[in-house]
Amino acid sequence: MNILLAASIIDRLRKAVIVDDRWKLYLEGLGNTIIIALIAALIGTVIGVFFAMVNYINKKTGKLKVLKVIANIYITIIRGTPVVLQLMILYFIVFVSWDNGLMIGAITFGINSGAYVAEIARAGFESVDDGQMEAGRSLGLSTWQTMYHIIIPQAVKNCLPPLFNEFITLVKETAIVGYVGIMDLGKIPGLIQSRTFDYLFPLLIAAVLYLIVVLGLTQLHHILEKKLSKSDRGRGGK
Amino acid sequence: MMNKPIIEVKGLQKSFGSLNVLDDISTSIYPGEKVVVIGASGSGKSTFLRCLNCLEDPTGGQIIFDDVDIADPKVDINIHRQNMGMVFQQFNLFNNKTVLENIMLAPVTIYTKKAVKEGKTKAEFKEECREKAMALLRRIGLEDKANVYPSTLSGGQKQRIAIVRALAMNPKVMLFDEPTSALDPEMVGEVLNLIKEVASEGMTMVIVTHEMGFAREVATRVLFMDEGRIAEEGTPKELFDNPQNPRTIQFLKAVL
Ligand SMILES: Nc1ncnc2c1ncn2[C@@H]1O[C@H](COP(=O)(O)OP(=O)(O)OP(=O)(O)O)[C@@H](O)[C@H]1O
Ligand SMILES: [Mg+2]
Repeated sequence: MNILLAASIIDRLRKAVIVDDRWKLYLEGLGNTIIIALIAALIGTVIGVFFAMVNYINKKTGKLKVLKVIANIYITIIRGTPVVLQLMILYFIVFVSWDNGLMIGAITFGINSGAYVAEIARAGFESVDDGQMEAGRSLGLSTWQTMYHIIIPQAVKNCLPPLFNEFITLVKETAIVGYVGIMDLGKIPGLIQSRTFDYLFPLLIAAVLYLIVVLGLTQLHHILEKKLSKSDRGRGGK
Repeated sequence: MMNKPIIEVKGLQKSFGSLNVLDDISTSIYPGEKVVVIGASGSGKSTFLRCLNCLEDPTGGQIIFDDVDIADPKVDINIHRQNMGMVFQQFNLFNNKTVLENIMLAPVTIYTKKAVKEGKTKAEFKEECREKAMALLRRIGLEDKANVYPSTLSGGQKQRIAIVRALAMNPKVMLFDEPTSALDPEMVGEVLNLIKEVASEGMTMVIVTHEMGFAREVATRVLFMDEGRIAEEGTPKELFDNPQNPRTIQFLKAVL
């Protein structure tokens, strides 16, 4: 009895992984998920930090009014609409004649993530004491020099936890690119089930792979946190 | 006559919205002077000081420094601020930089280009800045703190480092906004002593303070501010021992 059960499990596992080199499908899906998430995180961080800086400089100096209005409109629209619709709009309308679904997915999630990163980074900038900018400027440093050496490093440190939260959400959320037929990790279990009529192991395997990526991100977060928190502990290790 | 003023304030005005905080202030600050600004809370002392290096943009009048009206928005204020040190009530050391980096940041960032033009390498110039920063730390007896972050220091240590950080730029004038108000009483002395020391070396200073004993000791001239104007000014002796303006008399009665 036990032997029969074990044999059936091994057979299901074999069909889910080994037959037809199906393990390659998981890796391909995982690769696509990582590519989409990585490019999206990069685009999102650049857009988000840029708009948060616009907001901060506008608050400190009154400049960049037009950019600030643009930032507000962008954030409102992106946060106010479902990401699935944003994906479909980019895929079926804006980039209808471009067949690189992977890049369209990455761009969609980058633009989407940018709005959330902007809010996170805005809070990060606001958590930096006003006196830091004043001290930099009083020494004759420019706004930008002070931003670069003093404000941005402190803001990044302050918003690291929500930022990594956003990245983790991003990795999992990219699973909806399956809607427009992109072969990401979330799409693979369905694909394999359509051939083996067995969902169990494909779903488990995909889940474990997502989990590994997320745990890796968490680890990265801890490493960065440690690196950046040296100014709380006293001795600088240089 | 006296030599040329370092800072000449002409008809300075500052308002926040409809609130007039500074009302037509004119005064000249001459090389070597220690001008102490006193007055009740809200009388505009900080705003006046912060207008001198345009941390607050004046809404009217002129501030002539190095022959330039720095109140003019078209002026590149950074160049002029490099010659005006400022010390804040809350110290404002850079939290993400070590003590040594705090002192070196502005000289290195601002003057490296010039040093390279004069034939030095970047590394040589940085080392020069480092040595100068270490000398400043030795001067205040804190060379052993060079590589720690500000969060581990006492208030008195922070403020003394903030003072030498400003000195590292070789300013022509130093502005102090209540440099001891955020300190525990036992640390006030060490900071005031450092300021006195710098004063005795001939630095031109504008100091906002509530420490009347210190004001009397260090000031060459005292300004009493009231409701955004200079209500009375004079030597410490004149102002403290023989005040003329009823508001000055009232203020001194309350604080002495
Ligand atoms: N950024 C600002 N926005 C609006 N009002 C301000 C601002 N800064 C200062 N004020 C107002 O200007 C007036 C003068 O303030 P200021 O800080 O110059 O006074 P002060 O003499 O330094 O007082 P204190 O002894 O309490 O430091 C106050 O009424 C204050 O509320
Ligand atoms: Mg004040």
